[in-house]
Amino acid sequence: MANEESRKEKQEEKKPTPNAVPAVEPALQDKDQDDKDQNDKDQDNDACVIEAVIPKMELVDAEAVPRSGQAPSEATAAAPKAKKPEAKEKADEPELVRAAYEHPLAIRLTHWVNAISLFVMVTSGLRIFRAFPSFGPKIPEKVLLDVPKSLTLGGWLGGALQWHFTFMWFFAASGIFYVLYQIASGHFRTLLFTPRDIPGVWPMARHYFLFGPKPQQTGQYNPLQKLAYTSAIAFGALSLLTGIVLYKPAQFSWLAFLFGGFHLTRIWHFAAMCGFLAFIPGHLIMVALHGWSNFYSMLSGWKREPEYQE
Amino acid sequence: MITRLEDKELKRMSRRQLLKLVPVAALGVFAFPKVSDRLVAAGVRFSDWAAGETFRRQHLAQTYADSQVVPFEKFPYNGYDVLDPEVDLEKWTLTVEGDVQHPGEYMLAQIQALPKISQNTRHVCVEGWDVVGSFGGSRISDFLKLVGANTSARFLEVECVDDYYESIDMESALHPQSLMCYEMYGQPLDRKHGAPLRLQMPTKLGYKQAKYLDTVRITNVLKPGKTGYWEDQGYSWFGGL
Repeated sequence: MANEESRKEKQEEKKPTPNAVPAVEPALQDKDQDDKDQNDKDQDNDACVIEAVIPKMELVDAEAVPRSGQAPSEATAAAPKAKKPEAKEKADEPELVRAAYEHPLAIRLTHWVNAISLFVMVTSGLRIFRAFPSFGPKIPEKVLLDVPKSLTLGGWLGGALQWHFTFMWFFAASGIFYVLYQIASGHFRTLLFTPRDIPGVWPMARHYFLFGPKPQQTGQYNPLQKLAYTSAIAFGALSLLTGIVLYKPAQFSWLAFLFGGFHLTRIWHFAAMCGFLAFIPGHLIMVALHGWSNFYSMLSGWKREPEYQE
Repeated sequence: MITRLEDKELKRMSRRQLLKLVPVAALGVFAFPKVSDRLVAAGVRFSDWAAGETFRRQHLAQTYADSQVVPFEKFPYNGYDVLDPEVDLEKWTLTVEGDVQHPGEYMLAQIQALPKISQNTRHVCVEGWDVVGSFGGSRISDFLKLVGANTSARFLEVECVDDYYESIDMESALHPQSLMCYEMYGQPLDRKHGAPLRLQMPTKLGYKQAKYLDTVRITNVLKPGKTGYWEDQGYSWFGGL
């Protein structure tokens, strides 16, 4: 669908003088503009903007959720066909804020359910680990790691198991729903780490850790973020599958076999938690460094002044 | 995908989207101990229900070659109180009661007369350790036939000489690898491992494998607070593997 046409139709419903926009726009075309934003929102101009902005915003809101999944590809496909007059900001027009609807409701819900579940699973899991803090034999038993009680949840083994066996359902349900949603919506392309992202990892790491120059970012996530998020999902899958084996090793003996037996599965399960423990501080530090609008976007979906251009 | 909005509009839409997250706050009830105690207990009951529903009686637990069995000295002794409750092995009998045709006292020889099963299976403790051991005994299902138990009853309850008590679901009791165990490593059960008779079920956690059996009861009702020593303190009742 062509942006231009649909936009006109929408405006006709809301606006008594529909011809105003197309008549004015071509005259204002400015090819020297840097801003390559292809969305119709930035095509507002001085002649119509005051009346046009409000009705159009309502359209955006109504479409907010489905849009985030498919719209980017749609917009790029439609862009070459549509004439693309670009914004020319003048002092007397209302100030517009660049914003992106980054996180659909399903992602935000699963993110927070998962964050809570993960906290419970790790702290109760550490309490369970205290009951036998070893991966070796029971006789002779060696204490591999003495986890401080204060870092654990549940009070004792039985209590911790209750938390673990309760939140495993939230953890599994949010994780499975999240992955299915990412696949169905196509949204996974924004964060799935692929071999193409490999060359971008080092420059980004150099920027973060060695104060190197900041590589130009095109998509929502940079290669290092993609690597982090993709591995977090992998840790989730690993902890879920190994958890199933530890919970029901006799029923899922084939799965136990895949992980190298009951013993190794317990190590894998612990390793998955270590993966999360490596991911979480980095994630939290980056969120803190990027400030409120970045954090708030995981609550409201909308990010003010995103740092990328597309 | 970047759009351009008026500040007011962005704030309005952000707020509206934020409100949609409110249901997540419901998980906040877990922060209150009085509520969370009940909720996590319910979580375990739900897990137990799911485990019971998916339990397959004909699915066998893995068995192991003799070479994979840990040496007898490395098979841990585990008990909740005393390891040797000083059972009088000479006079010991097993009391059978409840929904059975032939209640009464049974001698060890009667149980040993049933077909003997020897199996090398994994013993898994709720704490996280596990050992592959060698066990011998009669199938619980054969024993239940012997005593004329109503196998459509729901539970098998046991009481032990050391006052330990347990109960298991009938499906698990009838599993072909669930044993009335009187031998380990080809020798009569030693005192600390539960002589003269214990439960041994490779589809259950260690705390379900009650030792020093004293009474077996077939029943449809478990008294609340009397379902199993550890279960009454919070362990999963199903305790399945």
